Parts: sequence; structure tokens; C-alpha cells
Amino acid sequence: MAELVVRDVHKAFGPVRALAGVSLTVPAGSLAAVLGPSGCGKTTLLRCIAGFERVDSGEILVGGRVVTSVAPHRRRVAVVPQEAALFPHLSVFENVAYGLSRAERRSGRVETVLSLVGLAGYEARMPHQLSGGQQHRVAVARALAPRPPLVLLDEPFGSLDAALRADIRRDVREALRADGATAVLVTHDQGEALSMADEVAVMRSGQIIQCGPPEAVYSAPADPWVASFIGEAVLLPAVVTDGLARTVLGDLPLASAPVRKAEDAVSGEAGMVLLRPEQLEIMPAKATDRIRATVSRVDFHGHDALLSLRLADGTTVAARVLGPAGAVVGGEVSVRVRGAARPL
Amino acid sequence: MLPHPALALLASAAIVVALIPLVYLAVRVAGAGWQRIVDEIFTARTAVLAGRSIGLAAVVTLACVVLGVGSAFLVTRTDLPGRRVFGVLAALPLAIPTYVAGFAWVSTVDNFAGFWDAALVLVLCSYPYVYLPTAAALTGADPAQEEVARSLGDGPWRAFMRTTLRQIRPAVVAGGLLVALYVLSDFGAVSIVRVDVFTRAIFTSINLGFDKTGALVLATVLVALTAAVLVGEVLTRQRGARYARLSGAGRPPARIGLGRLRWPAAGLIAAVAALALGVPAMSLLRWVAAGVSRPGSLAEVAVAAGNTLWVSALGALLTLLLALPVGLLLARAPGPLATVVDRLAYLPHALPGLVIGLSLVSFGTTVAFALYQTVWLLVLAYSTLFLPLAVGAVGAAAAQAPPALEEVAKSLGRGPMYVLRTITLRLTAPGLGAGAALVFLTCVKELPATLLLRPTNMDTLATELWTHTSFGAYAAAAPYALLLVLVAAVPTWWLSTRTGVSTRARLPITTGVAAGVPVEASAGTDLSTTAGIASAEIASAGMVTPGTSTGAGTRG
Repeated sequence: MAELVVRDVHKAFGPVRALAGVSLTVPAGSLAAVLGPSGCGKTTLLRCIAGFERVDSGEILVGGRVVTSVAPHRRRVAVVPQEAALFPHLSVFENVAYGLSRAERRSGRVETVLSLVGLAGYEARMPHQLSGGQQHRVAVARALAPRPPLVLLDEPFGSLDAALRADIRRDVREALRADGATAVLVTHDQGEALSMADEVAVMRSGQIIQCGPPEAVYSAPADPWVASFIGEAVLLPAVVTDGLARTVLGDLPLASAPVRKAEDAVSGEAGMVLLRPEQLEIMPAKATDRIRATVSRVDFHGHDALLSLRLADGTTVAARVLGPAGAVVGGEVSVRVRGAARPL
Repeated sequence: MLPHPALALLASAAIVVALIPLVYLAVRVAGAGWQRIVDEIFTARTAVLAGRSIGLAAVVTLACVVLGVGSAFLVTRTDLPGRRVFGVLAALPLAIPTYVAGFAWVSTVDNFAGFWDAALVLVLCSYPYVYLPTAAALTGADPAQEEVARSLGDGPWRAFMRTTLRQIRPAVVAGGLLVALYVLSDFGAVSIVRVDVFTRAIFTSINLGFDKTGALVLATVLVALTAAVLVGEVLTRQRGARYARLSGAGRPPARIGLGRLRWPAAGLIAAVAALALGVPAMSLLRWVAAGVSRPGSLAEVAVAAGNTLWVSALGALLTLLLALPVGLLLARAPGPLATVVDRLAYLPHALPGLVIGLSLVSFGTTVAFALYQTVWLLVLAYSTLFLPLAVGAVGAAAAQAPPALEEVAKSLGRGPMYVLRTITLRLTAPGLGAGAALVFLTCVKELPATLLLRPTNMDTLATELWTHTSFGAYAAAAPYALLLVLVAAVPTWWLSTRTGVSTRARLPITTGVAAGVPVEASAGTDLSTTAGIASAEIASAGMVTPGTSTGAGTRG
């Protein structure tokens, strides 16, 4: 268990600046997700932490020890790569035992970590006899076996199907917690980041834009881009007066602690506010309701549905409703907003 | 900055060694003076030789493409009766050196000599060079694409023409160019069947002891012809690279029904097999008994066999040593330097063995006196000639141990040497072994360079066969021919067991497994394992990307 500190790391491949001053702190024992679109530099960051790439400048500390120029095998940073990358010529037992000393192999550590990932009894199998999900579980067990202070997971579940992914995420989360390892998960899947991580760091163009607990990042994103990248966002132009935002959806209370700078908060100034689709409530349209909309699209997901609503002035907003939508395309509904709007 | 400075340095050193014959040839020819060169090149005789060499190459290549593509299609994509057997038979001629085939025909048919007779022998020996890559491409082509074409309204033939045929075109062209190179550089068959082309003329002028410079200049013209074919090869390779298969369904493609043509087609392909394999087999059977009963013959054969084995083993060892840094550089640090090194390594392989031998003879008599008349000069010739075979094998082997595995191993706290021993070497050993065997096999069969560079009084199987045949002593030659075929067959068999059926049980050495995707090797691997061997040969000749060599063997 160790704290990870990344301080102002730069890394360029020729003219391409992959990391442009990344700073990140992951508290000991917690799981941080680095979330970003493909090509944002998140895998490079991971490879720099693991020591597979040499950083151009900056510092990386694991448990207070500077490892910036330490060889990968002396860092005690274990990696779970994207494609599991099990050693094809070694059995499951030998794979998991790879980083263990002879004494540790006999100590039952292999069996312990295998049961942590739910694969007790699979020791004798060869990698090609395992399913994709099982291979990833073995890869996690292999990384955990030598009790590394820090474990890095590089989009480890990207190739698995959705149902399997939810299971394995939960199990891996439990296994990491049981072992007390600090972990960094790199992913482009916001659902994965929000559900697994204690801390989410949003990355774009080689920089970390925002870092915080999942709820905080979701409810108070740093800018419109982050707002839309993490979940569905309803971004509305607004005029702020007396702690209220005047929008096409009516006058909305403002959420406290706006992220934006103080001078922007001047009364009467035009700005942007964020609502999440689940804040929009729809009801059967009544002539007396002030805010009405036409349903232009229904995306039904089973447990909920996402509606696209066109307001009278042409603005399109999204609303999430639980269960069957009860709305049809072209129908009229009334819209009401729950909770506060977040100024951006 | 170089990513792997040590590797780059070693690879460059290996290339320098491999380029000795070529550089020396250039130096000697330049030293002859322009007037001399011009006098030598612009003669009626050179023109005749060039015409005949090009004509032979063209005729043989064309016939090989027809025969190779035809049999590949029949075997892989139709309901031809006995297609599995024919699939193996069509690959087998590759194991027969052209001079053995030449011996077989000359000793069977009276007055077997001249252009068309030589063309027949060369076609029958080298059509597998087209057949194998084409068959591999046809088997590997994604059936889903034809299905898509069908669903868009194409009939079975039309779908085949519009999707699959276009994809296998690079394989066919590459195979054809390989045949052309092979014919230009062939020495054994043309000299036994007595047709005057460049290689034979060069050998005659050195062997009769006159005019070394003349021979060198003729060799340069031959090099120029080879270079022209090579340029064509590089152009097709660049295009071929874009036809890589994108994932795709792992099913065998649908077969097209031949209808009433089934049995005639089978008869045709059987006739080709009878000519390519039956004639040599008959000839060997006919002469071997007489040859073995000659007094003292067994001892001679044993000595020659021993010489062949240890010289070839040395050749394979040195070749692999030189190939290791080059192959690793290509696999791990691709870039401009690696590309240049790869092309340079390929250069001597494309040259006729006779030219390499000739150049090294001059090198030994004028520079490296210490090496002259030792086996080391011969071993150097082998490693120069066959370096690309080993480089391809090393590259394919390195693909079995992708960098991700080494990174994971290091992240688990293991030092570089431990990782090298437990991961990299363990995974690459089968591929390296296969590469060494491939080079060994090729060294055993090599004739012209061996003929020129062997120390006096040291005879190998190939040279004994050649000497006896040129005196018309067919009975005396037969045991050597038989042994050559046997010795060449053992590594072939070993290679098929390594790359084929047994892999699934013991060592999953396919790239698919390394990437975490299990690959099923089905039972009917006979064709594809043989294809695996030859495609290793072809891949290392630069025609197919490395990695397909062993991969093709297990795709089944």
C-alpha cells in the first residue's frame, strides 16, 4: 500500500506531445481511474508510471520513493495489460507465481490470489483453455501475487462483453480492496470509471483536466467538455441574477460553490448552466404548464429511457425517466426541473 | 536516438559480414576498368545468354503461375476428389533440389537436353513456390467476405472472383517473382540438362581456368537482371501489405462444386504429381541398386554425407548467429534503420549462389588467404545466401514473445536476464529451432557455391551427385541423390511436427494464443503444415510478413 504521486510529467514522441504536464496524486489504498478519450495520453501515463517509457521531465513517486528513472523490474509496480498477456507457455499457477520467490510459491499465496479473483482450482489450466474473462482474472491475480504497493490496469476489460464486464469489475474491485493495493485504472469507459474508482481523473490532450471523487466530477464538472464526456449533459445558456439562473426551462436555483471564477459571477451576466437528464421531470402536458416540449426521440434502455425533447424555442434537451417512458415520439409533455443548476 | 543501440550495432555488423561477397564483387568489377567491362558486356554471346536466361525465366514463371494457382484453387476451394492427398503432393517437389530432378530426367529420358527440357524440370520443381502462398492465401481468406458478396447478389464464382481472387493476387505475384529469381539463379538443373544460360556460362569460364574477370563481369549482368526482378518484388510487396486480413471469421471457406469436371481435374493434377515426383522416384529406384553394389561406394557415400552434415550445421549456426540481431531489430525496433538492414540482408539471398561463390573465391585468393581452401569460406557463403531465411524465422519467433509479455514480467519484479530466460527464449526457441532447421536444409541442398568453395578433396552429397552425373555415371550418382532427398526430408518432417499438429498439445506458439485468443488447430493440418514450412521460406525471402510463417502452420 503506497501513495502514488505524479508531478508535472512531460513526455513527447517526436513532435507528438503525449503528456503535457500531468500531475496526479492517488492516496494509499485507493483506486483511481484515469478517464479520457482514446489518444488523450492515458496509456502513455500508465506506461510512464510502470517504467516502460522514460519521462522527458517531471517526477513519479511510489510510497514516497522517487522511481522516475528506476528500471521497471525494480519499481514494484505491477501491470494488468489490455489483452491480459498471460504467458502462453506457463500454466495458470506458473503465471500467477511468476513474480514470487520459491518460498512464496509454496506459501499458498498463488491459491489465495486465485480465490480472490474467483478462480480457485484453476491452477493446472493452460491460458488457451480459459475464456477471455478468466484470462483477465488470472492477469489480475498475477499482478496481485507479489503484493505490489501499486497495481496499474490498462483498459483491462475492454474486450469483454457487457454482462461479464460488470461481474469482473466488481470482483477485481473487491480483490484489490482485500489486498489493500493502490491501483490506477486507465479507461475510456465512463461507466467503468464512475463505478469502480474512488477518484476519477479526467484526461484530455495530455493533461488532467479534473480530478476528484466520482460524484463530485459528475455533479460539478470543470467545464462543458467534461460535463458531456461524463454522462449525458443538458447545457443551457443562462442569465444569472440574484442566485437564480434564468433559462428556457425557467428560473433555476444555482448549486453552491460554483467552479467558475469569481468575476464571472456578476449578476446579470450571460453564462452556461449544467443540468443532468435525471433532473428533468416530465408529465402529461397540461395547457396551464408554462414549459412544454415535443418528444423528438426515445432511446429505451430497459431500466430507463432517455428522451430528446424539443422546447418551444427550438432548444433540444435530454430527460431520463425510469422504466417505460410513457411518452411517444411527437407527443407533447410538460417539463419540470428538480434540484439546482450548476453554473459552468 | 536509437531505441536499441546495442541491437542496432550488432545488426549492422551482421549485415557487413553478409555483404562481403557483394561488395567484393563490385570492387573487383570496378577494378577491371570501364573499357574491359564494356567489351565484355556488349558481345553477341552475352546477348544470346541474356536472351536465353530471360526467356527461360519467363516461360517457367508463366507455367508455374498457371500450375500453382490452378492446383491451389482445386485443392483448397473445390470438391476435388482426394484433395488432401493432392494438397501434400503439390508441395513436395520443393524438397527435391533441381539438380536431383535434372539427374532423374537425364538418366531416364535419352537425349534430354536443351531449353524446353530444362524448362520442364524447373517448372516441376518450382511451381510449389506459387502453389504454397496461393493455397495459404486461399485458406486464410476470410469466408465472411465472400458471404457478404453473395448476400449482395453475386453468384459463387462471381463472389470468388470479386473478393477472394483480388486478395490472393499479391500472393500469386510474389510467388511468381520468387520463381523468376529462382530460375535466374539456378545452376544445377541448367548445367545437368545442358542449356547455356548465365550461370552455366559463368561456371564454365571459371572452371576451365581462364578469364576470372570475364566471369565476374558476366556475373554482374546476372546481378542486374536479378535486381530488375527484385524491384518488381518490392513494388508488389508494398501493395500486398495493404491486403492484411482484418480479424474475420475463423471458418473454412465454402467449396465450389466441380460437377462433371471433378475426375478430369483430379487426373490432371495427378499427372503433374506423377511427372514431378514419380519420375525422380522411378529413376532413383532404378539406379540405386546398381550404384550401391559398386565396390567401395558405401564408404564414399558415408564420407560425403558426413561432410554435408557438419558443413551444413556450421552454416546454419553462423547464419542464425548473424540473423538474431537483425531479426530482433526488425521485430522490436522497426524504423528506417531496420528497413535498410532488412533490405540489405535480403540482397545476397536474391543473388545466384554461383555469383556469391565466385566472389568469395576471388576474395579468398586475393584478400582472405587464411580462409581460402577452408570450410569457413563455404560457411560464410551459406550464411550470406541464407541469412534472410533465418531473419524471417527470428522475426516470426520474436512475434511469439510480444513486448507486452516482457513488460508484464518486468513489472512483476523480474530482472532482464530472468525474463529473457523464462519468457523470451522459452517462447522463441521453437521458432528459432525451425529457422535453424530451415537453413540447414537449404545448406544441404546448395550446389554451386559448394562446388566452388569446398576445400579440395572435400566432397559433399551435392557435389558428388553433380560430378558423377556430368560424367554420365548415373548408377554412381543415384545413392547421393537418394540420400539428399532423405536428408532434406528429415528437417521437413521435423518442421511439420513443430509447426503443426503437436503445437496445441504442448506449446501454443501461435500469435493468436500470445494475444490471448486461443487458436484451434484442426486435424487436417497436412496441407497447412507443409505450407507453413514453405511459407517460412517465402516469408523470409521477404514476400510475406514475418509471423505468417508459423501462424499459417497452425491455422488449419
